[in-house]
Amino acid sequence: MDVLSQLQRQLADFLASLYREGFVDDQFTQLQKLQDESSPDFVMEVVSLFFEDCEKLVNNMAKVLEQQVVDFKQVDSHVHQLKGSSSSIGAARIRNVCIAFKTFCEAQNREGCLRCLQQVNHEHAQLKANLQSLFTLERQIVAAGGSVPAMQ
Amino acid sequence: MATAGEILRRSLTDEVGVSKGSVSGSEEFHVLAVDDSFVDRKVIERLLKISSCKVTVVESGSRALQYLGLDGEKSSVGFNDLKINLIMTDYSMPGMTGYELLKKIKESSAFREIPVVIMSSENILTRIDRCLEEGAEEYIIKPVKLSDVKRIKDVIMGGDGK
Repeated sequence: MDVLSQLQRQLADFLASLYREGFVDDQFTQLQKLQDESSPDFVMEVVSLFFEDCEKLVNNMAKVLEQQVVDFKQVDSHVHQLKGSSSSIGAARIRNVCIAFKTFCEAQNREGCLRCLQQVNHEHAQLKANLQSLFTLERQIVAAGGSVPAMQ
Repeated sequence: MATAGEILRRSLTDEVGVSKGSVSGSEEFHVLAVDDSFVDRKVIERLLKISSCKVTVVESGSRALQYLGLDGEKSSVGFNDLKINLIMTDYSMPGMTGYELLKKIKESSAFREIPVVIMSSENILTRIDRCLEEGAEEYIIKPVKLSDVKRIKDVIMGGDGK
C-alpha cells in the first residue's frame, strides 16, 4: 500500500511538472479522458503515432532544406502538418517551435529553418523520454495493484 | 420462462428506444470523419466513439465521396443502408479541401441534408464565413475536444428529436 501511494504521488508530481514546464498542455488532458477500459493504451498509441509522424516529417524537411534551391512552400506544408498533430496531442513545446518555424519559412530563411528543425529534434527527444517515464510509472502503479489516477 | 421474459424485455426496449428520441438503440448516431492526418484521425475516432457514436473515418475528400457513392462509381455500401447523421471534415487536405467536399455534399440531393462540420487549426474569418455560407453547420477550431463533440451531437440530435 505504501509503495503504491508513493508511486501515485510520484506520477502526480511528474505529470504536474510536465504541464508546468510546458511539455504538454490541456489537450494532453483531453487525451487522458479518451482512455478507458475499452481503450486502455489509447494515449500511448496516439503518442507513438505522433512520434512516428514527427520523425517522418523531420526527415522530409531535412531533405528539402538540403537542396540547392529550397522549396520553402514544401517545408511550410510539412511544418503545418507537424503543428497540427502536435497541437492535437498537446505537445506544446513542439507546437511552439512550429509557430516560429513557419515564420522562417515565410521569410525564406534557410538558417532559421535549420535551427528550428534542430529544435524540433531536441524537443521530440525530450518529450519522448518524458512520456516513456510517464508510461513506465503508470505501468508500475497498475502492477502494484493501483489504477492510474484520473486527470481533473 | 426465459423465452417469454426475453420477448417481453425486447419489446420494452423497443418502446423505450422510440420514446427516447429519433435515434434508438439499433440506430446509432453515425459520423463520417474525414482527415488526412493519422494522429487526428485516431483522436477524432476515439472522441466520437467515447461519445457513443458509430464512426467511419476516411483519409480524404475523394474517399469520403467514394464512401457516399457520390463519385460516380458504385459505392461500397448499399445506398439504402447508408445512414450518416453527421460529417466532420478537416479543412486543409491535399487534393480536395474540406470546403470543396462540403460543396459537393451540399450539391447532392441525397446528402445535402446531412450536417457538415468543418474542423481547422486556422481561425480565419473569411474562411469561416465562406464555409458557413456554403451550408456548414459549424466551423470548429482544432484541436477538437470532447466538449466540442458532445455539443455538436446534442445540437444535431436535439434538432431531430420531437
